[in-house]
Amino acid sequence: MTDVRPAGVDLPGAAVHPRPHADDPFDAALLMLEGRRNVSRREFIKGVIASGVAVSGATYFGAACTGLAPAPLGGGVERLISLNVNGQVRRVDVLPGETLAMTLRYKLGLTGTKLGCDRGECGACTVLIDDVAQYSCSTLTHRVRGQEITTVEGLETPSGELHPVQQAFIDELGPQCGFCTPGQVMSAVALLKANPDPTREEARAAMAGNLCRCGAYDHYLNGIMRAAREA
Amino acid sequence: MLKDMMPHVELFQPTDVDNALALMGRFGSDGWALAGGHDSLAWFKDRGKRPSALIDLAGISELLGIRETSDGIEIGAMTTLTEIELHPMIREKFALLADAARHVASPQIRNSGTLGGNVCQDTRCWYYRLGVGCYRAGGNTCYADTPEAMNREHCLFGADRCVAVTPSDTAPALVALDATMVIRNGQGEREVKAEDFFMRPGIDITRMTVLNPADLLTTIRIPNTWAGAHFYFEKVADRNTWDFALVSVAAAMKVSGDRIQDARIACGGVECVPKRLTGVEKLLKGALLNDETADAAGAAATRGAKPLNYNHFKIPLMENLVKRAVRSA
Ligand SMILES: Cc1cc2nc3c(=O)[nH]c(=O)nc-3n(C[C@H](O)[C@H](O)[C@H](O)COP(=O)(O)OP(=O)(O)OC[C@H]3O[C@@H](n4cnc5c(N)ncnc54)[C@H](O)[C@@H]3O)c2cc1C
Ligand code: SF4
Ligand code: FES
Ligand code: FES
Repeated sequence: MTDVRPAGVDLPGAAVHPRPHADDPFDAALLMLEGRRNVSRREFIKGVIASGVAVSGATYFGAACTGLAPAPLGGGVERLISLNVNGQVRRVDVLPGETLAMTLRYKLGLTGTKLGCDRGECGACTVLIDDVAQYSCSTLTHRVRGQEITTVEGLETPSGELHPVQQAFIDELGPQCGFCTPGQVMSAVALLKANPDPTREEARAAMAGNLCRCGAYDHYLNGIMRAAREA
Repeated sequence: MLKDMMPHVELFQPTDVDNALALMGRFGSDGWALAGGHDSLAWFKDRGKRPSALIDLAGISELLGIRETSDGIEIGAMTTLTEIELHPMIREKFALLADAARHVASPQIRNSGTLGGNVCQDTRCWYYRLGVGCYRAGGNTCYADTPEAMNREHCLFGADRCVAVTPSDTAPALVALDATMVIRNGQGEREVKAEDFFMRPGIDITRMTVLNPADLLTTIRIPNTWAGAHFYFEKVADRNTWDFALVSVAAAMKVSGDRIQDARIACGGVECVPKRLTGVEKLLKGALLNDETADAAGAAATRGAKPLNYNHFKIPLMENLVKRAVRSA
């Protein structure tokens, strides 16, 4: 399979040409819009944002960015959105096909959320969306506008006290290499929110979507049972 | 494996079915209905499918929820698998479907994966998923059906150039429950029995269901015919989480005294469509509930199976699952 990269646009930050040029996707959008009658400035800006060719100076995507192709115009989502993450509302420029894991890690700097497989097969990217555990690698960011997102960074209290699950995982020596730990923590927090007093079997079932290559499953389960006891 | 981001795609978030249908009509085969995204996003990340517009169905409230009707229940296509697994009415009347939903993938996937997406998902033949140009992808060969091919996951029945199987755990349950799929497009609405919803490769090798590009599955209806019957669901996979069924069985049986009055059984993982076992059903109707009946049912289930090089094990597996289903009654 060939990966077709759009000509003319490289990375975020590509310069906007002073005069419209039909070969440039940004300008092609401009020319198309100018070709229509009665296009207001606002519509123009909306169109450019929706078309995915507007450039944003403030992304951390670097080489990961193959996403800036000219797109059919009209009616798609606006890229500039507000996200409620860990109790804060943050404005962020999100590509239409961007996953929440990408937004969290590379635009909001919340690298506690890990990417293991990027395919829904490991659980390292688990976050809470309205208190429900979800894979952020398999969720489009535009889908969670208006919902409350909680990542592992959002668990400790403002005074720096760890969440009971985090503390219990430390006490029970949960993590080995630690890569799966943020995801394990988030699944455990979701479980205890829905079921504060789970049996070990219920906890095992709820944690089934989090892979641990170090095989520390029983330690994590001990941690959950401890957190449930101590809460 | 983290490759990079998805290629650019336009995203639309309609809030009602009519607008979604208008968009699907407008983009045709360049459009893609997006439900939970657990099948879809992997295709896009791998560049296996490259739609130009995603039509996100999540904002359409008409597609959500579970309702009781005069003769059964109806489930909106965007209802999550977790909701189905936990819903009191489904557990009470159609526990078979709740059980099947509970066996899908992992908790996080069930939290956003939908019933509609689960029955519409594409096959998991791993050659096809690698992006090779096989028959199903419009080419002229099947990579899974050669002497050296790794085909332990592939089919026992109904091969026609393609030997892939249905990956869905809920599909056999819906066939056993005699569900009806409600489909809408710009022209109107039609209903198709679950049994006829899935596409055989001999008819159209590039599709898994009867849905055309502009069609939306809106609702799944389950009649009261099998409400409260005896149900049995079992799935065998390499791991209990994430892995797709090697073979699964979904059975609905009506039992009175020591006899089986009626039965409807379907298996997953053995054909490109959920395989309804009509021969077994006939044999069970009115039969005594004992080990002989169970053995006969198991033997009848696999009659006509044509294994590939590496999937002979599916024959005794399927036989035993059907036996167990009957014994459980
Ligand atoms: C790691 C992993 C493991 C999995 N294991 C299992 C398993 O064991 N058993 C199992 O059954 N499934 C399994 N799945 C599949 C997963 O459950 C399904 O992919 C998921 O249920 C598909 O539903 P979705 O809502 O995510 O749909 P999407 O991925 O959004 O959609 C799937 C397909 O259906 C189409 N579609 C969706 N809804 C509609 C609609 N209403 N009308 C028309 N077309 C529609 C989409 O266009 C797309 O082609 C697994 C998936 C992953 C990633
Ligand atoms: S089994 Fe079907 S999907 Fe798999 S390689 Fe053969 S034709 Fe393609
Ligand atoms: S990174 Fe999301 S499940 Fe593996
Ligand atoms: S602690 Fe290493 S992967 Fe879980």
